[in-house]
Amino acid sequence: MSSNTIKWSNRLLLVPALALLAGILLVPLAGTLVRSLSGTGPDAGLTLRNYANLFTDGVTLTVLGRTALTAAVVTIATLLIGYPYAYLMTRVGPRARGILLVIVLIPFWTSVMARNFAWIVILQDGGPVQTLFAFFGAEDVVLYGTTAGVMIAMTQVMLPFMVLPLFSTLGAIDRRLLLAARGLGSSPTRAFWKVFWPLSRGGVMAGVILVFTLSLGFYVTPALLGSPQESLVAQLLAQRTTQLLDFAAAGALGMLVLVVTLVLVAWANRMGGTVSAIGVVAAGRTRSR
Amino acid sequence: MRAGPAARRRPAKVDAVGWWLKAFGGLVVVFFILPTLFVIPMSFGESTTFQFPPQGFTLRLYENFFTNPVWLASLGNSFIVATLTALLATTVGTAAAVALSRMEGRLARFVRTLLMVPIVAPAIVVAVAVYIAFLGWQLTGTVAGYVLAHTAIAVPYVLVSVTGALGGIDPQLLRAAASLGSPPWRAFLRVTMPLISRGVLTGAIFSFIVSFDEVVLALFLRSPVFHTMPVQMYNSVTVEIDPTISAASSLMVVATTIVFVLPQLLRGRARRR
Repeated sequence: MSSNTIKWSNRLLLVPALALLAGILLVPLAGTLVRSLSGTGPDAGLTLRNYANLFTDGVTLTVLGRTALTAAVVTIATLLIGYPYAYLMTRVGPRARGILLVIVLIPFWTSVMARNFAWIVILQDGGPVQTLFAFFGAEDVVLYGTTAGVMIAMTQVMLPFMVLPLFSTLGAIDRRLLLAARGLGSSPTRAFWKVFWPLSRGGVMAGVILVFTLSLGFYVTPALLGSPQESLVAQLLAQRTTQLLDFAAAGALGMLVLVVTLVLVAWANRMGGTVSAIGVVAAGRTRSR
Repeated sequence: MRAGPAARRRPAKVDAVGWWLKAFGGLVVVFFILPTLFVIPMSFGESTTFQFPPQGFTLRLYENFFTNPVWLASLGNSFIVATLTALLATTVGTAAAVALSRMEGRLARFVRTLLMVPIVAPAIVVAVAVYIAFLGWQLTGTVAGYVLAHTAIAVPYVLVSVTGALGGIDPQLLRAAASLGSPPWRAFLRVTMPLISRGVLTGAIFSFIVSFDEVVLALFLRSPVFHTMPVQMYNSVTVEIDPTISAASSLMVVATTIVFVLPQLLRGRARRR
């Protein structure tokens, strides 16, 4: 068999996957793009008005801002929790590390609806968290139906995406550098900020961009735990599509979210293989360590 | 979230793991595990709301889950959709992974990235686009619609797991098979397939779970006559207040835990032997 035949049989094997991707993803998304550029009524034809409307309708910008703020808070929370956790993972024995890794992936395994239902139960009025706060004297802490509740639940799901890139970066840092810094008379805090933190920045950047990006697209969690008055961009997109049937406006908003996401992911990918990081999160479910 | 600010600073000694770091790790572990566990006691409660802590002990919610035709139908639909998705995604994804493993250069890298897009693109954007397209193609509320949409997002998982398995194959083995007179297709069936079977199986399990658990696309593709279990669970907290969801959730949690933890335990044992 000539090498040319092998080459073509290879390409043939790719056809089903690419056809599926094209038919189910690219064609519908192209439809979204076309709708987002089409005018309605008297001024039909190619137009950018739907995009301009996003910035002038008064609602979209508010919602986009709230979504970015939510994503930013979730990102900072996952970093503050994930960094020490990933560090701990690099410092314990292989067995404990395996357990910590399985645990970090738990929110990732558990059924989306089961997890969100659990958060409803926990955060609801009169629920365990409210009781706990009341016990410490904070009587009227309301989390269910607020953006704060949404942030707490999102932080839990997003932690694997922060911990895994951090774990691989922190694990690769030569700890003798810290000893050297200490030997040269620097305090532990100073040694950390001058030596360890700069070396870990690649993993921090990858994790931060990844978590921020994925947080922008959350739909089920804000829909179930948040309030319709404080909706995030995914809810707005769904509402414009299914309730208002404003496909042109929804198309423009959808394209905006998609482009922002893909640009951020491409950037994160340059920082440290993020698409493969997602793959690791996916595959790490069984191929642990 | 639950740790004090002090727990976020670095350890005092360079090469000892501070006790507070371990304590902080413990708190994080609780944050990971505890929420999920809340659904299990809920599922044995007698209440008709989502009240916690639950009162009494009864199997009524499980009985309802397994006898109520609406819940049973959604469970059956999920099984059908997830099984077909797993079959289709595994076939398509394995073929693509094998092809890509033999290709090099820009084109292969581009195709690989392209095929990963479904898991980085925001689910809601994809769902809205697919919903409008499927309305036109009359695929909403059909098994075919669900299976096609779920397959598109499951293929990347198969691609990742099969590519991983292919990377572990010694190319000498294929050369040996060829030098012994085996045509490429037989070498593939007799040498490659057995070696990547674990990766293929992993991919199949992932795609089953991805489909079984998928909510966002499912919410848009639902129809009054056909929807999957996650949609039914969604309805039971939004449309009606139906505590049967806690039984459904508990079963899902236990099932996925078995599917994911069991292989880990088995592998750990095999390695020790």
